[in-house]
Amino acid sequence: MRSSGIAGQLRRAVVVAKKNILIYYIKGPVIIFGLLIPLFLFLAFMIGNRFASLPFLISGLLAMTLFFTATAVSPVIFPWEAQARTLERLAAAPISIPALVFGDILASFVFGAGITLVPIGIALALGMSVSHPFALALGILIGAVCFSALGTLLSVPPTSSPPNIMMLSSLIKFPLIFISGIFIPIETLPAWGRTIASLSPLTYFADIARYSLGEATTFPIIVDIAALALFAIVFLVASMKLHERTLPGRI
Amino acid sequence: MTRRSTAIDVQEITKRFDDIVAVDRVSFDVRCGEIFGFLGPNGAGKTTTVRMLTGIIRPDAGSIHVMGYDMARDPVSAKQQMGVVPETANAYLDLTARQNMLLAADLYDVPRARAEERIREILSELGLLDRQDHRVHGYSKGMHQRLILGMALLHEPPILFLDEPTSGLDVQSTHLIIAMLQRLNEEGTTIFLTTHNMDEANRLCHRVGIIRRGRIAAIDTPEQLKRTVDRIAMILVAFDRSVDTEALAALPGVAEVSRANDRYRVSVEDIDTAIGSVVSFAHAQGMRILSLDTPAPSLDEVFLTITGGDE
Repeated sequence: MRSSGIAGQLRRAVVVAKKNILIYYIKGPVIIFGLLIPLFLFLAFMIGNRFASLPFLISGLLAMTLFFTATAVSPVIFPWEAQARTLERLAAAPISIPALVFGDILASFVFGAGITLVPIGIALALGMSVSHPFALALGILIGAVCFSALGTLLSVPPTSSPPNIMMLSSLIKFPLIFISGIFIPIETLPAWGRTIASLSPLTYFADIARYSLGEATTFPIIVDIAALALFAIVFLVASMKLHERTLPGRI
Repeated sequence: MTRRSTAIDVQEITKRFDDIVAVDRVSFDVRCGEIFGFLGPNGAGKTTTVRMLTGIIRPDAGSIHVMGYDMARDPVSAKQQMGVVPETANAYLDLTARQNMLLAADLYDVPRARAEERIREILSELGLLDRQDHRVHGYSKGMHQRLILGMALLHEPPILFLDEPTSGLDVQSTHLIIAMLQRLNEEGTTIFLTTHNMDEANRLCHRVGIIRRGRIAAIDTPEQLKRTVDRIAMILVAFDRSVDTEALAALPGVAEVSRANDRYRVSVEDIDTAIGSVVSFAHAQGMRILSLDTPAPSLDEVFLTITGGDE
């Protein structure tokens, strides 16, 4: 039947994504989390570290912007909808849970990928050039999927309290910023620091951003893209499977 | 082509939450075109059953078929057959009524031109057309509930699930919703109605199922159910002066007596013996009987008897 097929479910996922953008994304707090926090972190770091090159700093801003925007709203949509009792309606509609999760990821992807135009615009305005535009575009697309899926994965615990998820989300997101080579080049870290950094998907995106802006990289570009894609697939599949298990407990 | 006779077929469904068995091997069917009332005290397993029937949660055991679609194997097709009105109004408050309706249309795959037509029809019938572009945030509870009903009807489902559709609503909204449900049923929609309102169940439902402690306690037409509690028949009698309730209670065939304003409520073990002894008692005391009624048990009384006053 039309509604059960993959095409039907993808169509519904797009409907959910459009609804999320309309209700949750075009709001002030998203702009604050997605743009202002990375911008302030960037400015603070730029003032405190006068020896870092501009491309290194801009690649860090680009990575933070994508990461914070893609994970700003996606973790709290499920608890918000459970609290507002709109989730029950969605759960009774002819949309599968993986399609519902995919719709949430899609909205976050669109917003996250779109907002990277701001730091890229800043880079161009500062006279920098993008040496590898294709690698940058591919990195942004895979990174947006990866971080959006991570955001949705953070909302797996079956609570209907958005503050609980926000707390969990901040506990994971902020440490990732500091271990992913955004502020400190990974090469300068001790061996244990480099090992931890290699476990963060943000490390690979920051490396792609640096490569795209003509900076030296920690890993070969192909490794960065493959690792980011692997994280994206793992987060995507885990998010869909785990939500299938926990969603009924939220309602 | 044969016409389907069963809209919902439920076989031995069970749901546990940790050590608690919320629904225990429940089986029943809902026939096409009927209004089926689902009653039960709080905590009896009503909501859990409805959530399993609407595909929101999965049963641990048993099977559910909706218009022939197996809820376990093909939940999307099964859900496409139904419109759901949960108890709490839950449209998106930041969207307008029209945007909420369009969202429902897209989720149920209603083509845009048909959706526009249905939205106009439904919002007009529900008295919301002139407020369609207002955000739902400013709606009253009655308007909310009417909108939720509208969203559930948009894709013209053969089955409609309603959980307490008129609970806490104003008279106007209640009448509007009840009239709409009656019209939909006359046009062939099967309605599964969960309610605490016995009067509503009595007036609307062709059959009623009562759940108690996770198990089906009774299923029948309201009239048949009332007959099952015939043994607790009652006499309402008024005399031209006060009488001693203990003297009345001691009469043959009488089980219990209480006073209700100017009348005596006499629960009887045997109606024929009790009427005879009450009349003889009045004559012997030189009293006149002003009125004597033998009201049939109400659905309320049936419910209380079957559920043992669990609520």
